[in-house]
Amino acid sequence: MRFGFFLREALRALRRNAVPSFAAVATVLVTVLVLGVFIPVVQATTGAANEIRSKVLVDVYLKNDVSAADIDRVRKIVEDDTPGVGKVQFISKQQAIRAEREAGRGDYYDLLGTNPLPDLLRVTPERPEDIVEVRDALAPVSPSGQRTVIDSSIDEVKDRKENTDKILSATRVVKLTMGLLAGLLALASLLLVANTIRLSMYARRREVEVMKLVGATDWFIRWPFVIEGVLVGALGGITAILLLGVVKVSLVDPLAKDFALIAAPDTMNFPLLVAVLLGAAIAVSALGSGVSLRRFLRV
Amino acid sequence: MAATERHIRRRPEPAAPRQRVVGDPVPGAVVDFRSVSKKYPSGDMGLEDATFAIHPGEFVFLVGSTGSGKSTIMRLLIKEIEPSYGSIAVAGRDLSEITRRKIPYYRRNLGVVFQDFKLLPNRTVYDNVAYALQVTGGTRREVRQKVPDILRLTGLSTKLHNFPDQLSGGEQQRVSVARAFVNHPPLLLADEPTGNLDPETSVGIMQLLYRINRTGTTVVVATHDKAMVDRMRRRVIEVSHGRVVRDEKTGGYTGSETTREFGALWREGLE
Repeated sequence: MRFGFFLREALRALRRNAVPSFAAVATVLVTVLVLGVFIPVVQATTGAANEIRSKVLVDVYLKNDVSAADIDRVRKIVEDDTPGVGKVQFISKQQAIRAEREAGRGDYYDLLGTNPLPDLLRVTPERPEDIVEVRDALAPVSPSGQRTVIDSSIDEVKDRKENTDKILSATRVVKLTMGLLAGLLALASLLLVANTIRLSMYARRREVEVMKLVGATDWFIRWPFVIEGVLVGALGGITAILLLGVVKVSLVDPLAKDFALIAAPDTMNFPLLVAVLLGAAIAVSALGSGVSLRRFLRV
Repeated sequence: MAATERHIRRRPEPAAPRQRVVGDPVPGAVVDFRSVSKKYPSGDMGLEDATFAIHPGEFVFLVGSTGSGKSTIMRLLIKEIEPSYGSIAVAGRDLSEITRRKIPYYRRNLGVVFQDFKLLPNRTVYDNVAYALQVTGGTRREVRQKVPDILRLTGLSTKLHNFPDQLSGGEQQRVSVARAFVNHPPLLLADEPTGNLDPETSVGIMQLLYRINRTGTTVVVATHDKAMVDRMRRRVIEVSHGRVVRDEKTGGYTGSETTREFGALWREGLE
């Protein structure tokens, strides 16, 4: 009886205050729509940034005439005795030239007659920032200022320094900017929704006053407003999500095959995104209604 | 300048002139004001040292010009504001003991009629009256039983499904009276119930209030129309500048007039 009564009250309020209710629904709709587009974009961008960061590598080139035992020894040194090393991948001369052939550059090597490519240990640092440490451990700077290698079988240690620095600073800026934008947008949405609710509530403050004078308790007045907020949030949220779904199926999915950014690996999957958006829309509207009502309840 | 004013406002209120609460609570009184003063934050005295008691079944006029303290008394009674000094008891219960959370439950024992009706604009006549019952947890069956009854009593049977803005002022005030009385409260307060109405309509409203009074309900009517009240031969409490200046049972107070006689008296006053 009680819940039914509150629900009926909420529906009546929605029907009788159609214009403010519509404004609230529209606000929620637009906000959810913007957030729904923005969240995957942020995730794709930071995902792409992370992927670029994971490409920060140290290449350990071995001398041309090393034996299998030498290779194993160096590999052991790199894997076990060097701090900050994440993953080590061995690329032999043969694998290297095969990769070159697959890339369509086999002709040049055929001309050369021999395989000029050295054996290579490709080291991925545990964290991109560790790269300097890894390099310094494998090729410490000698007192004369030259770099020396720690093992006689190593020919050269290369970290593609200039690239690395650029990647690290650029991705940091991208991540920071995106985080900041996401925060601002979330705040703006919250204020927008809260303000719309306050307006529609302000229009009905007299009604609340009368209810209090007749002897209604605070929660007796509040429940219909909270339920109304849930309905508004759900209505706006569902509409926005339907629109997002249509756009996703008709636009984004076909494009995803062609654009790496859209197909970035760690974007949230769609059902989860839908759940988060809908939950947020409903919670914000319901809370907003309940809280904004407070100041009008002081009669 | 602004800073100075803020300072003044924050300064503790100068101690109210020491008053003593005179006398003991009046036993059996519905309303018992003892040495009640109300000072508004702006510094105006709304009421000063008011003492009076109203007994069950009385019909009392509260008279005074605008700003005399009538509305302050009404607002004190519905506990919209707190007295600065003195004690108020309603039906033997000290109002200062009622916490903020308990106010709604207290108000359910009062019927209140306002000058500006204070109806819910989004509800029909029926729903407006029903709301007062639903607030108290009244079941649907109760609503279906009581609401049509009370609307018949107030002569609104044909307007059940109209919205307040489709009614005349007199009809709106009738709805407001119906809402106030649907819970059969022991005390009914009416703050200038005829203030917005034309004289002929006001007769109907006064008759309605009198009819309610005859069922045993104590009725307090605030009005600024002194001349009118003098003719009605009811108890009159007059306030002026926040003080009770007159409290008497006027001349031929019989207490057993018919509603028609009561209305006739009121109408005479109009002429």
